[in-house]
Amino acid sequence: MSTASVPLPGWINYGVIPLINLALAFFFSGIVVWAIGENPFEALQLLLVGALGRGEGIGFTLFYTTSFIFTGLSVAVAIHSGLFNIGSEGQAYLGGLGAALVALSLDAYVPWYVTMPFAVIGAALFGAACAAIPAWLQAKRGSHVVITTIMFNFIVSSLMNYVLVHMLIVPGKMAPESRTFLPGGQLPKLDWLIAMFGGKLGAAPLNFSFLIALIMCFLVWVLIWRTKLGYEMRTLGISPSAASYAGIGYSKIVMITMLISGGLAGMMALNPVMGASARLQIEFVGGAGFVGIAVSLMGRNHPAGIVLSALLFGILYQGGAELSFDMPAITRDMIVVIQGMVILFAGALEYMLRPAIVRAYQQFARSPAGGR
Amino acid sequence: MSFEPAKEPAIELVGIDKKFGAVHANKNINLTVAKGSIHGIIGENGAGKSTLMSILYGFYQADEGEIRISGKPVTIRDSQAAISSGIGMVHQHFMLVENFTVLENVMLGAEGGQLLRRGVASARKELKRLEADYGLDVDPDAVIEELPVGRQQRVEILKALYRGAEILILDEPTGVLTPPEADHLFKVLRVLRDQGKTIILITHKLREIMAITDTVSVMRRGEIVATRKTADTTVEELAELMVGRRVLLRVEKGEADPGKVLLSVKNLTVKDSRGVTMVDDVSFEVRAGEIVGIAGVAGNGQSELLEAIAGIRKPSSGEIIVNGQSIAGSDPAMLRALGLAHIPEDRHHMGLVLKFEEYENSILGYHRDRRYGGAMLDLDAIRKQAEEQIVKYDIRPPNARLKTANFSGGNQQKIVVAREIERDPDVLIIGQPTRGVDIGAIEFIHKRIIDTRDAGKAVLLVSVELDEIRSLSDRILVMFAGKVVGEKSGEAGEQTLGLMMAGIAA
Ligand SMILES: Nc1ncnc2c1ncn2[C@@H]1O[C@H](COP(=O)(O)OP(=O)(O)OP(=O)(O)O)[C@@H](O)[C@H]1O
Ligand SMILES: [Mg+2]
Repeated sequence: MSTASVPLPGWINYGVIPLINLALAFFFSGIVVWAIGENPFEALQLLLVGALGRGEGIGFTLFYTTSFIFTGLSVAVAIHSGLFNIGSEGQAYLGGLGAALVALSLDAYVPWYVTMPFAVIGAALFGAACAAIPAWLQAKRGSHVVITTIMFNFIVSSLMNYVLVHMLIVPGKMAPESRTFLPGGQLPKLDWLIAMFGGKLGAAPLNFSFLIALIMCFLVWVLIWRTKLGYEMRTLGISPSAASYAGIGYSKIVMITMLISGGLAGMMALNPVMGASARLQIEFVGGAGFVGIAVSLMGRNHPAGIVLSALLFGILYQGGAELSFDMPAITRDMIVVIQGMVILFAGALEYMLRPAIVRAYQQFARSPAGGR
Repeated sequence: MSFEPAKEPAIELVGIDKKFGAVHANKNINLTVAKGSIHGIIGENGAGKSTLMSILYGFYQADEGEIRISGKPVTIRDSQAAISSGIGMVHQHFMLVENFTVLENVMLGAEGGQLLRRGVASARKELKRLEADYGLDVDPDAVIEELPVGRQQRVEILKALYRGAEILILDEPTGVLTPPEADHLFKVLRVLRDQGKTIILITHKLREIMAITDTVSVMRRGEIVATRKTADTTVEELAELMVGRRVLLRVEKGEADPGKVLLSVKNLTVKDSRGVTMVDDVSFEVRAGEIVGIAGVAGNGQSELLEAIAGIRKPSSGEIIVNGQSIAGSDPAMLRALGLAHIPEDRHHMGLVLKFEEYENSILGYHRDRRYGGAMLDLDAIRKQAEEQIVKYDIRPPNARLKTANFSGGNQQKIVVAREIERDPDVLIIGQPTRGVDIGAIEFIHKRIIDTRDAGKAVLLVSVELDEIRSLSDRILVMFAGKVVGEKSGEAGEQTLGLMMAGIAA
C-alpha cells in the first residue's frame, strides 16, 4: 500500500535513486573503515585513484568490467523471460573449456583474429550446453532453474577439476592448468585504447574481449527490444498468461533464452582465459558469475545500465585491490564487505528509500506548479 | 447515525486539476458530496473518473486544488493518509493477494501490533461484526483465488470498512458482477448509506445510477459538465450529457443470413487444472453470418469453453472444428492462422501486457505476421497500424507510445477489440466485449460486432450481461453447470433466460 504504487518519473527511478543508494553504500562502508581506525576519505581516495588514477589501473578496472558485462548480460537476458539464471558462474567456467579447446587446436596454425571467432563460438556453445539441461528441466519438467543452475555450478566445478587435473595438465607440471597458448590463441591487449587517452596500459590485462563485450551489449539490446524473439521473451517474462493467449510457446522460449544466457556467460571466459592468462586455469571465473546478478539488478537489466554497473564493480574490484595493498588494515575481506554493501543498498534495499523520495518528489512537484 | 438531514458535506473537492503530460485528465473539478448519500459519477472512457478518485485516495497528487473532508482541508499524500482520513476505495481492478485468505487480506497493512496472533483474533471478531451489520458474508478462511469475483469484491469492501472507512469509493464495481451479485452489492451499499456512510460510485451502467444513487455528476474530457439529483433526471438525459450527442441505447441489426458452418463444437468436455469438469459434453455450431450468444451466470463453464476453442486450454475429449479443420493439437498461434480471433474475457490477465506500450499490444498474438517484419520487428509498420486503429476506434489518448497501464479501463478494452476485429477473422470468439466500456463505445463495439456478422463471419459471444446477449445474438445458448441447457432465439424474454440460467427450466 501507501507510496509503493505512486509512479515516479524515469530520471528519479534510474538516476536519483541509484545514486543515493550508492552514496549510502559508501557512507556505511566509510563507517566500517573508520571503525577499524583508518581514515575513510583517504580510503575512498586511494580506491578511486587505484581504479582510475593511472592507465594501468584503468586497464585493470576495465578488465574486470569486461567479465562483469558478460555475466550481467547473461543474467539480464534470462530475467527478461522471467527466468532467474544463477548458474552464470558454472556456465562461464565451462565456456572456458570451449575457448581453450579452440585456442589449443588453432593457435599453432592461424593468427589470433582467425582463432577469435571460433573461440567466441566455442565459449558460447559450451556455456549454452551447461545451461541446456537446467533449461530443459524447467521447460519440460517445471524444475526451477534457480535450483538446477546452482547445482550445475557444482557439477561443472568438479568436471573442470577432472579435466584440468587429468587431461589438460601439462605433463610433469604441478599446476592444474593447460599449456600456455601461442600468440595465435591469445587476444591482443588494448594498449591503443588507453593510449588514446594518454595513458599506459602497462601490465594490465585489458584485451580485445572488452570490445566483444560492448558488441554483445548492443546485440542483446537489439535482441530484447527489436526482434520478434525478444518480443516473445518479454511477453512471457511479464505475463505468462498473455503469452499463452498469444500462442507463445513456453518451452521454446525458456530453452532459447537459457541457451542465449548460458552462451553469454560462456563468452566471459574469453577475457581471463584468452585475454589475460593465455591458458585455462582452475577456478578462473572467481565469482564473476555471481557478481553478474548484482550487475544486472543494478543496471535494471538494460545493457546500458549493465555497462555502468559493471564499471562500478570493476572500480570496486580494482580500487579495492589497491586499497588493501596501500592500507594493510583493510584486508581483502574488508573489500568484500564493501562490495557486499553496494550489492545490499543498490540491489536488495533498492526500494528502502523510495517512500521518502516519493514524498520529497510530491512536495517538489507540487509547490512550483501548485496553487498554494 | 446523525440526526442532521443529509446536508453536511462529507467531501468537497475544490478546483482539482491534474495533467499527465499533454493529457489534461482533470480540469478544475468542483464537487461536493453530502454525508450519508450515494453519489454517482459517470462519463466516457478516459473522462478522468478514476484519476479524480485516485487523487482523493492519494494515489496521485493534484497539480492544483484542495480536498476537504467534513469541512476540513486535508492533504492526502498516499493511501495511508486517505485511510486515516476515513476514505476507503474498491478499485476497478482488485488489489488482493491472491493466495492469502480473506482474513489475511483484510488484515494486511493493519495487523495491529507485532504479534500476529492477537491481531488475528480481534480481526476475526471485527469481521464477524461487519458481516452481521452489512450482510457481507464471506468465509474468512477462504483463499482469495478460489472465490468468485463477487466475493472477492466483498473482501475489498470489508477491507475498507475494517480500516474504519466513512467514505467508500467504488470504481466500476459491477463490471465483473453477475446481476444477482450486483443486486446484493446494492443492498449492502444502501445499508451502508443508511448507517451514515458516504459512497461514491463510478459506473457505466445508467440503470444502476438510476437505481441506487441520490445525486449524480457527469464528467466529460476531464470536466464535470453537470450534477443532477437522480430523481430529477432520466437515462436519456444522462447519456446525452455524457457523450455530447444522442446515443442509441438499443442495437439496430437486420435479419441474420446464416451460411455454412464455420465453427463446430462436438461433445466437448473440458476440465480445469484441478480436474473438475467445467464443460460437460457440449455441442453446437456457429454459421457464417450469425451471432451465437452464450448466456449464463459467470463460472458455469463459459470461460473454459472459450479458452478451449481459442486453443489455450486442452479439452479432455470432444472435437472443435474451425473453418473445416479440426483444431486438435493446435496452439493459439495456429488457430489465428486458421482465421480465428479471440477477444478474451479478462484483458489484464490475457489480452494485454500492461507494461507494454500501446503499439506493442496492438500486435500481441499476431506479431509473427510477415507484415510486422521478419526476425526483426518492423516498428514503423507496427506503429503506423496502431495509430490507424487508435483513430478508427477512438482510443484515448491517441498515443501509441503510452504505456498500456496508463490508458483508462475502457480504452484498454478498445485496444483489444481493435486488434482482434481489424484482423478480419472468419471466426470471432468474444468474452465480455464491453466490460468497463462507456455507452458510446458500447454502441460502437456492438456495431463492429454486427458488421463482422454481416460480412459473413461467425461470431460466438459470451457475456454475463443478459441485455448484451439478447440485443446482439441471433441464437442464444444457455449454459448451466457446464452443460448447454437450452437454445432460444434472439428474441427470448429475460424471464425465460433467467430461469434457464439458474438451472430451473430448460
Ligand atoms: N499515469 C498516467 N499517465 C498518463 N496518462 C494517464 C495516466 N493515468 C491516466 N491517464 C490518462 O488520463 C485520462 C483519464 O483516465 P481515467 O483512468 O481517469 O479515465 P476514466 O474516466 O476512469 O475512464 P474509464 O471509464 O475507461 O475507466 C485518460 O486519457 C488516461 O489515458
Ligand atoms: Mg476508470
